[in-house]
Amino acid sequence: MRAKYVIAGIGHTAFGRLGLDTVTLNTLACQAALQDAGVEKGAVDALFVKGPTSSKELLYGQKVSEALGIQPRWGGAWDQGGAANITLIDMAMMAIETGQCEVALVTFADNPRSGSRAAYARPRGNDAVYGWFSTAAGYGMIHQAHAAEYGTPPEAFAAFALAARRHGASNPRAQLQKAITLDDYLASPWVVQPLRRDDCCLVSDGAAAVVVMSARRAQALGVRQPVPILGIGGGQTSYDVHLRDVLTSTQAVQSGRIAFEMAGIRPQDIDVAQIYDCFTVTALMTLEDYGFFPKGGALDFVRDGQIEHGGRLPVNTSGGLLSETGMPGMQLILEGVRQIRGTANLQVPGARFSLVSNQGGTMHTHSTLILGG
Amino acid sequence: MAEAFTVEIDALNGPYWAGLREGVLTYQACDCGNCWLPARQLCPACLGSGWRWETASGQGTIRSWVVYHTAYHPDFKDRLPYNVAIVRLAEGPQLIANIDAPVDALRVGAGVRLHVDMTLAQPIARFALLP
Repeated sequence: MRAKYVIAGIGHTAFGRLGLDTVTLNTLACQAALQDAGVEKGAVDALFVKGPTSSKELLYGQKVSEALGIQPRWGGAWDQGGAANITLIDMAMMAIETGQCEVALVTFADNPRSGSRAAYARPRGNDAVYGWFSTAAGYGMIHQAHAAEYGTPPEAFAAFALAARRHGASNPRAQLQKAITLDDYLASPWVVQPLRRDDCCLVSDGAAAVVVMSARRAQALGVRQPVPILGIGGGQTSYDVHLRDVLTSTQAVQSGRIAFEMAGIRPQDIDVAQIYDCFTVTALMTLEDYGFFPKGGALDFVRDGQIEHGGRLPVNTSGGLLSETGMPGMQLILEGVRQIRGTANLQVPGARFSLVSNQGGTMHTHSTLILGG
Repeated sequence: MAEAFTVEIDALNGPYWAGLREGVLTYQACDCGNCWLPARQLCPACLGSGWRWETASGQGTIRSWVVYHTAYHPDFKDRLPYNVAIVRLAEGPQLIANIDAPVDALRVGAGVRLHVDMTLAQPIARFALLP
């Protein structure tokens, strides 16, 4: 599969408080991605949608198709949390491989900033009698367990937030363009202890989309800047965080193994990484489980600007979920593509291998994408 | 303490909540050796239905914990700050619970002992730190 498929186009809306419905946002992002690819919408024969987090609607994929004025043979909406963006690229490749379609749009939109944030604050079934609410609290359990098992200090979590916020501060598209210091991080209030405000991603309206096709098709269509997919992989675990045997590992172990094997490279070959940072612990554990450093070795890897632009492994060069937009993951794929095209705002000079992680639920699902020139 | 949320009791989880009304914590134990919470119709290990409700010893350990400093529902405002923990029972099943202890005393791996809160209309399982 290595380099047989490409991301042919990328597109997105503004990020922040937009006050638009999600079907319109998806339509705008798809339009931008098709324009970027130089492909007419009539060529699209598959539409894969990661459904909005803030509302569940039946046959949502067909609503987006209708708004785009297309009749794709293949696709639909997929529920896998934030891992779904990369998973849907994988599914597009599978569908093309089996002859179901040739040109696929993969898109995501949500509007929790101007709409409802209730999905992130929800009571957790009967356990709400204990006050067990919210998405953040589940990650708080994982953060606490990791800090206890490995002695991971606040400075390690802070280093990731500092990098994302510094990169976002120089991104004119970013929703939050404000760099922070370690003191700022340590002084930021608890959301759910041990999570500080600066450990937590933004809440954002916005949409982003990519066009997927075979490298051969991209050549035939005259796509200007196709970026080859070198490796892709997925991993999943079960539902309730509190029923897991292990709290201190992620499915990045699985999804990374498959993606790196497919790409035929190792973590140390990666030049730039976009790591899903819904919370700082998610990002540190993903890097750890990819094998960038041994379990518990986060601080030595991230300290002193090593993951900032100009450092050993620049991460989240457009700001990630912590700074560019809280959108669950598609923006990371777009930045991964820009780094290989050489068009990123904070470009890593000569980047050959670009890594993207997506992650869903409370570390329930994971997906990995490796792009290369 | 206000009873903020009521639990949904059905035929399957009824014995669990009935047990707590008697002051005991129960879990499902299967002939295959698997033990679990919350209530399920089929054993998630062997997929069989040869299970029974067993009474827990009440001994457990804290797997992890968080402290809420803001309330996600108005009914929890007067409890702030309050903790929620993942407790692993000595018999294996894990559950969400509150620990009757100040934040400074909470530790991952700490031993805890069941304390059924009988002050509520539907009692729930809480835990006290072992000395």
